[in-house]
Amino acid sequence: MENHYDHLQEMLTRVDGFIYPNEIELHWGILVVVYPYVTGLVAGAFILASLERVFNVKVLKPTYHIALLTALAFLLTATLPLVSHLSQPGRAFQIMVTPNPNSAMAIFGFVYLWYLMVVLLLEIWFDYRRDIVIWSREKKGLLKWVYKIMTIGIFDLSPKSIEWDKKIGYFITVVGIPSAFLLHGYVGFIFGSVKANPWWSSVLMPVIFLFSAMVSGIALVMLVYMIVSFIRRVKIDMKVLDTIAKYLFYILIIDFSLEALDQIHRIYEAEESFEIISLLVSGKLSITLGLIQLFLGTLIPLFALGLFQLYKPANRIRKWVYFIVGFLVLIGIFFMRWNVVIGGQLFSKSFYGFTSFKLQLIGSEGLWMAILWMVVPVLILAFLLWLLPPWKRVPE
Amino acid sequence: MPIQIKRHLIILAILIAAFVVFQQLMIPESFGELGHYRANSLEDNELFDIHYAGQESCYECHEDISDLKEMDLHYDLSCETCHGPGTDHNLSPDSVELFIPDDRNFCGLCHAKNTARNEDAVFQIELKEHNPDKNCTYCHNPHAPWELRNQDPQEENF
Amino acid sequence: MGIKKSRPSRREFLKSASALTGVAVATFIGAPFNGVVIASEPAGAKGPWYGYGIDIEKCIGCGRCANACKNENNVPQKPYYFRTWIEQYTIKNDGSIHIESPNGGVDGFEQKIPEEEIFKSFFVPKMCNHCHKSPCVQVCPVGATYDSPEGVVLIDDSYCIGCRYCVQACPYGCRYIHPEKKVVDKCSLCYHRIKKGMNPACVEVCPTNARIFGDLRDKEGPLVEFLRTHTCQVLKPHLNTGSKLYYNALSAEVR
Repeated sequence: MENHYDHLQEMLTRVDGFIYPNEIELHWGILVVVYPYVTGLVAGAFILASLERVFNVKVLKPTYHIALLTALAFLLTATLPLVSHLSQPGRAFQIMVTPNPNSAMAIFGFVYLWYLMVVLLLEIWFDYRRDIVIWSREKKGLLKWVYKIMTIGIFDLSPKSIEWDKKIGYFITVVGIPSAFLLHGYVGFIFGSVKANPWWSSVLMPVIFLFSAMVSGIALVMLVYMIVSFIRRVKIDMKVLDTIAKYLFYILIIDFSLEALDQIHRIYEAEESFEIISLLVSGKLSITLGLIQLFLGTLIPLFALGLFQLYKPANRIRKWVYFIVGFLVLIGIFFMRWNVVIGGQLFSKSFYGFTSFKLQLIGSEGLWMAILWMVVPVLILAFLLWLLPPWKRVPE
Repeated sequence: MPIQIKRHLIILAILIAAFVVFQQLMIPESFGELGHYRANSLEDNELFDIHYAGQESCYECHEDISDLKEMDLHYDLSCETCHGPGTDHNLSPDSVELFIPDDRNFCGLCHAKNTARNEDAVFQIELKEHNPDKNCTYCHNPHAPWELRNQDPQEENF
Repeated sequence: MGIKKSRPSRREFLKSASALTGVAVATFIGAPFNGVVIASEPAGAKGPWYGYGIDIEKCIGCGRCANACKNENNVPQKPYYFRTWIEQYTIKNDGSIHIESPNGGVDGFEQKIPEEEIFKSFFVPKMCNHCHKSPCVQVCPVGATYDSPEGVVLIDDSYCIGCRYCVQACPYGCRYIHPEKKVVDKCSLCYHRIKKGMNPACVEVCPTNARIFGDLRDKEGPLVEFLRTHTCQVLKPHLNTGSKLYYNALSAEVR
């Protein structure tokens, strides 16, 4: 408590201009940055997986299961940053018990469950069913039982049954694409629908969130594919990387255009909030928005990926550039979320001044907590890749 | 229908049923009676303690002050504006004493010259120029500010 | 409500029109008939429907309201939490605007800018607007904040999960997280007092009667009288929050 007061005391000395006195405390910290970031990775990874299946992009076959498992790993922890930032985490279940139908946030629980239980888990299950049954026969000890439970008691591997798996899996993927759009477009809506905040309130917000999600998810799967190949000491298929990079390039263009459109629209309309927002962008957000999100996270990747569409240097160079680009894009999108969530709270709703954000290390809103919720899904992914290794699937 | 679908539908049905049961058990009492909230919360909000008793309750004992105030410009001023919350004092008048301001700055909260103060709304003085070495109460009876006096305020009871 | 007394027939017309054409259309047509920007009353409800008036011309910035509010409602005495506070706006001759609210005005105000530099200056008390179309109530995921039948936006302390979405949604900066209760907190219009027929604490202690509390349905009451005799405006009317906090003499600089 005293720490909290000391923190606020310091924030009080950092106020520029006038803010409402209750605005000294910045309410949504880094965990609320992590939350849309993680959900975005899920939606993006899933959409990349769907590309292979629904749009029949055969080249992407090696990343299909990696993408699905990545989506699952991050989805499993997606709600935890949100829950841990609550002042009353023990009451989180109420959001499912008495969801307010008018609240954008209340529906999240249901969108989440739909996506987790009905789309992702089922899709992965139908994809792996044949392997799970075979593994449940071959493996020994505890693992045997784990696979047995995962079969939910269905051991039928007749061609007809396998045919059904494929049909249902395809159907779920088709349902899954709009669901992934829903999941993340909806996260954008949570911010875009706040009319009190001109930095958030924009119809484009859900669309921007969706495309930036796809950008980050695709970059993540690309990196996971490279790292997994490196660890397994297998050769990276450059065709796969080139194809993923091509999609990343196209979607990055759309994402960039949408964000540019949003900003141009703001500048041209120049509403009441314009002065404070231009001060925000040129001041407190100049590094995170101008340098990191725009220059490092968007322009450099666009340039590098665009160049490779015209001219292809040696594999080794491309590999490294793809790796760096993927990394830059992931950081860029993280700071895109940062600029939305933190940036939107830095200026007063009186439009007469600024507060500031100081990242705390410990506590439920601190950096360590945020790092925890970024590391745990990576561990889960490692576990899932071990439990359901895509490269050890039994050939038909 | 293949067994996969059947089995998953059963699992889904069980999960949904479990959720509905959980939801029905957890919905708090009186929720939704008046709107999407706990109607009992209205009563909870009503139950907070009152700290400011209101000046009528003061006048039940301090009739003399009431009469004094009636005579002058502070007639409309609630006792608790200056003396602070009085409920505790009402409950145990002997043990709980109220705040008696005797600081120039306290009077200055209202009466110090400030451009933002409408001249019609309140009499204003320059605190630094208007008898700076004396307490306001040296001349002014706070309950009847235009009853000017020159005695030592300690001698008179107000 | 806020409609001049000579216009009851139009009001009657509106009522029958709303019955015929539906509430939404009637509200739309009805807007120009309102004397002040005013929230449309919920249909079919009975009993009091509370609102609040603030006369900026009368406010002297003594801060007794902000002080009393903290005492009455156990608001932490720290300078980061306010259910009501006072802002001083000073527009200088060079056109620059200076706004301050030191400790929310609880300790009063000291004039820092010399009078000869000032074009105009005034105090603006702020508090929850008890919006009829509250953005905060709209976004609460669990139903822990709500518009009571009396038109008071209240918080259910035992049900709030502390997600702070309402804090983000309030355009007026009226909400804060109570550091001890760990739930959101804001002005309750002293619900515990007004239900017993008393005035809210801020109204009780205001020395100049700059604060007016009343029932918008009581056509003879002090609030409706205030609305009728003054040119009132609400804060940020373009956001259409249905605010029921009416200001007399509200300057355009105030946000």
